[in-house]
Amino acid sequence: MKKISIVVFMLIGFIAISFTHDQPDIKASIQRGKKVYEKACLTCHQADGEGVPRLNPPLSKTKQVLGNKEKLIRIVLQGLNEEVEINGEYYDNPMPAQPQLTNQEIADVLTFIRNSFGNKATAVLITDVKTVRGKIK
Amino acid sequence: MSRIIASIILVFAVTFTACANDSTKNKQTAIAGGLKLPPGFKATVVADKLGQARHIVVNSNGDIYVKLERLKDGKGILRLRDTNGDAVADETFAFGNYGGTGIAIKNGYLYASSNSEVYRYKFNAKNEIENPDNPEVIVKGLVDKRQHASKSLVLDDKGNIYVTIGAPSNACQETDRTAGSPGQTPCPILETAGGVWLFRTDQLNQTYAEGIRYVTGLRNVVGLDWNYSMNELYVTQHGRDQLNQLHPTQYTVEQNAELPAEEFFMAKQGMDFGWPYCYYDPLQKKKVLAPEYGGDGKTEGQCGTKEKPLYAFPAHWAPNALLFYTGTKFGDKYKNGAFIAFHGSWNRAPLKQGGYNVVFVPMKDGKPNGEYEIFADDFAGGEEFLTPAKAQHRPCGLAMGTDGSMYISDDKGGTIWKIIYTGEK
Repeated sequence: MKKISIVVFMLIGFIAISFTHDQPDIKASIQRGKKVYEKACLTCHQADGEGVPRLNPPLSKTKQVLGNKEKLIRIVLQGLNEEVEINGEYYDNPMPAQPQLTNQEIADVLTFIRNSFGNKATAVLITDVKTVRGKIK
Repeated sequence: MSRIIASIILVFAVTFTACANDSTKNKQTAIAGGLKLPPGFKATVVADKLGQARHIVVNSNGDIYVKLERLKDGKGILRLRDTNGDAVADETFAFGNYGGTGIAIKNGYLYASSNSEVYRYKFNAKNEIENPDNPEVIVKGLVDKRQHASKSLVLDDKGNIYVTIGAPSNACQETDRTAGSPGQTPCPILETAGGVWLFRTDQLNQTYAEGIRYVTGLRNVVGLDWNYSMNELYVTQHGRDQLNQLHPTQYTVEQNAELPAEEFFMAKQGMDFGWPYCYYDPLQKKKVLAPEYGGDGKTEGQCGTKEKPLYAFPAHWAPNALLFYTGTKFGDKYKNGAFIAFHGSWNRAPLKQGGYNVVFVPMKDGKPNGEYEIFADDFAGGEEFLTPAKAQHRPCGLAMGTDGSMYISDDKGGTIWKIIYTGEK
């Protein structure tokens, strides 16, 4: 009986750990992402994520932020310097590539912007960033 | 019963006090039009919600021409007319199928620019535009790569037209606005941009081949005016961005917010103002080598030979219009002085933004003669304003009316204000 309970405990523990691994704590990611945002993004996209009219795009409720994660990850890794329409407006300044950010930092900052400024969307995971970075190299 | 009466009296008293406070506030700030002005000046809204109203010009009959950055209902130029003399535009005529910034009137023609061409329209004897759908092309094929693409223009009395061509770049790095990317030497952008080009008004379809690079080393000039007392061109430059973001080990966030100055220049043919190799540090009062070109924030290098500003304004304020006030209605203090419209900053973040105002600089013999003062303020919407997207208005254009009034345009709310001096305090 004792043996069985130990096995059951271990099993529960194992399941719990693997569950946490598959579903990282989104709140912690958002908190870390806020710090990355303040360091790497805030000057252009501003504290309210609304950007600068006609220069730097807003991050609130745009399909680029809330849509396809691979495209969004690519904007961070490769930058963006072309005419893109966002909610009927165009933005002049180029987005510099930020490949120096780690996969963790990119996952965190994208999870942060997808869940700030009125946004609500699923987390971007480290593995998502790793996959896209692998395709680029 | 007496309680009810007392309550009614109280309600009236409170209402009355509230109204009284409002009117007091209005008087203090000349609030008509929402602007804060010096005592004796009054602002009225001529028109609003016009779209992205960039530069403006007033014809001899009082018609106001507004250049829109983006088309509104398919048109890029608005003619506003006040037919009953109440300073409010009651008739609008729209034409021109291109967006842009520049607009000017000279010798019977209206000149207007897209981000790559300059067009002109002839006025007939009744001051109406003869050919609103078929302008002549004066200049074509100018660089338009989105960033700093506005082509502001001004004309002199000798048949010359001066067109600003902003550099599509922050600091001429190999990869723009990217940390670690080196500055290019020589900067190839300067061959076709980063300066003011001179063209002729008596020749159609001019390109770079017919134009002259009049002055160079200017990152982005949006505000310019011809000074008739000096017979020279004057310009205001938007200085570079992101010293801290691109060089965090060399510059603090605080330094980034104050460097470099926005510069006001007299621009004589052949002058070089130093971009991208140099920037002006208003604290050291000198041009120093940019960090992309080996600068450490102190070294002068080649920058000692570059032109210094006549006046240095706070960093990142974005001077979008320059107007020498040649009228008499504002009084002696303002005669021949310079008004500058600051579009307002973004690159001072995370610190407080600045600009979003119109300043006045007294001038004597073509040079600033005293410190600048804020002439018109509160465009952005008061103290609670924090970020550019939340600004209600952003001043962009200035023009003088034939009656000595001044007009201000705004490319955020699309408002045009008329400023007059009444003397009423």
